[in-house]
Amino acid sequence: MLAKRIIPCLDVRNGRVVKGTKFADIQDAGDPVELAAFYDREGADELVFYDITASAEGRRTMVDVARRTAEQVFIPFTVGGGVSDVDSMRALLNAGADKISVNSAAVRRPDLINEGAERFGSQCIVLSIDCARRTRPDGSTWWEVVIDGGRVPTGMDVLKWAEEGVRRGAGELVLNSIDADGTKDGYDNELNRAVAERVDVPVIASGGAGTLQHLADGILMGKADAVLAASIFHFGQYTIAEAKAYLRQHGIPVR
Amino acid sequence: MIAIIDYGMGNLRSVEKALAHVGAQAAVTQDPEVLEKATGVVLPGVGAFAQAMDNLKAAGLVEPIRRAIASGKPFLGICLGLQLLFETSEERFCDDAALPRGLGIVPGRVRRFPAGPKVPQIGWNTLLFPKATRLFAGVDEGSYVYFVHSYYAEPADPAVVAAVTEYGIEYCSAVEAGNVMAVQFHPEKSSRVGLQILSNFAALCR
Repeated sequence: MLAKRIIPCLDVRNGRVVKGTKFADIQDAGDPVELAAFYDREGADELVFYDITASAEGRRTMVDVARRTAEQVFIPFTVGGGVSDVDSMRALLNAGADKISVNSAAVRRPDLINEGAERFGSQCIVLSIDCARRTRPDGSTWWEVVIDGGRVPTGMDVLKWAEEGVRRGAGELVLNSIDADGTKDGYDNELNRAVAERVDVPVIASGGAGTLQHLADGILMGKADAVLAASIFHFGQYTIAEAKAYLRQHGIPVR
Repeated sequence: MIAIIDYGMGNLRSVEKALAHVGAQAAVTQDPEVLEKATGVVLPGVGAFAQAMDNLKAAGLVEPIRRAIASGKPFLGICLGLQLLFETSEERFCDDAALPRGLGIVPGRVRRFPAGPKVPQIGWNTLLFPKATRLFAGVDEGSYVYFVHSYYAEPADPAVVAAVTEYGIEYCSAVEAGNVMAVQFHPEKSSRVGLQILSNFAALCR
């Protein structure tokens, strides 16, 4: 049976993990490669590197991170953050990344999804969507696509953008709830479920995980195929093994 | 030295690095002479079936692959590299095109997953072993490995099935027939279990 996936996400700036981590057996908690190898050993199913570097020079550093990761880490890993053209995708994939996630650049120029999927295959292209919960005048809920780290509203409906992204060739969707992000109150499972029921590609819940129950809720209530989390693992609050045991107890198939 | 065939279908670096990690000497190549001298051959690949066959033909690699297999040296197909070993695939270029033909080394066909769970299958799924094989020596029944695919192989002879996996249907996820081995999943992305499988293959290449 296909397992539900647990995916730690590492924010990287200029080739270093930001926010830091607390693990006794990690020599250099700022080294993304060492941290990635640690998560592979721990049983993480995939990894995401999210590049928050501003400069072009820093972006080239990410290619080097991908190359070094591929030498030591033998689970799939995705690189995202600021990728806006096919050449950058190729450089990262050739360096050993398995998937590229696109976000704001795909909103600005949706053909980026088609170009990536046609060149490298849909399985390489992850569409990441930053979602903000809104209320219509009649009181009903909708979600607006926001870009540039959640600062810029676009007026676009997340459900429609998700469907369009899949039609254009995205092989997976990451739904990052801007409202839930950082709250540790749980994923926006109404959002996750609404999208998961409309598309036939895997949906990855992101933003808001603070407890193991939240991971289970993302899968059971949000119908997500995978859950992405950062702080609950980075700060040693829970191990991947504890998270898997918890999900297994709740009847969720895990590796 | 193990030759990893480069025919322009996806990233081969991770296969090379995983083999290096288990202590094997491996090199990415499209040179038929290197295939000839290699102690083992890996045919990886991600992408479309017909395009892959076209690329193999254009690179003049079809006959060298047949010779390598006929010579008896260990051969490992990975993902699309498994599917290419079969006779035909339902992965047509367009609806009215003829079924593309593969290498035809393993009798049988490649089929699309029937309606049911999401296609492509992306993620970790389990292996069950209908028989003992060299490729899966030391790998526990029920081990998880990483899959990304929309089509699966249906061998004509069930005796070649080395592993089965359940995804809506139970299907053949690995074959082993003499020196010809192939896996539908990605051992190079399947953590410790995948490295064990590659290590088993590398040991046969010595």
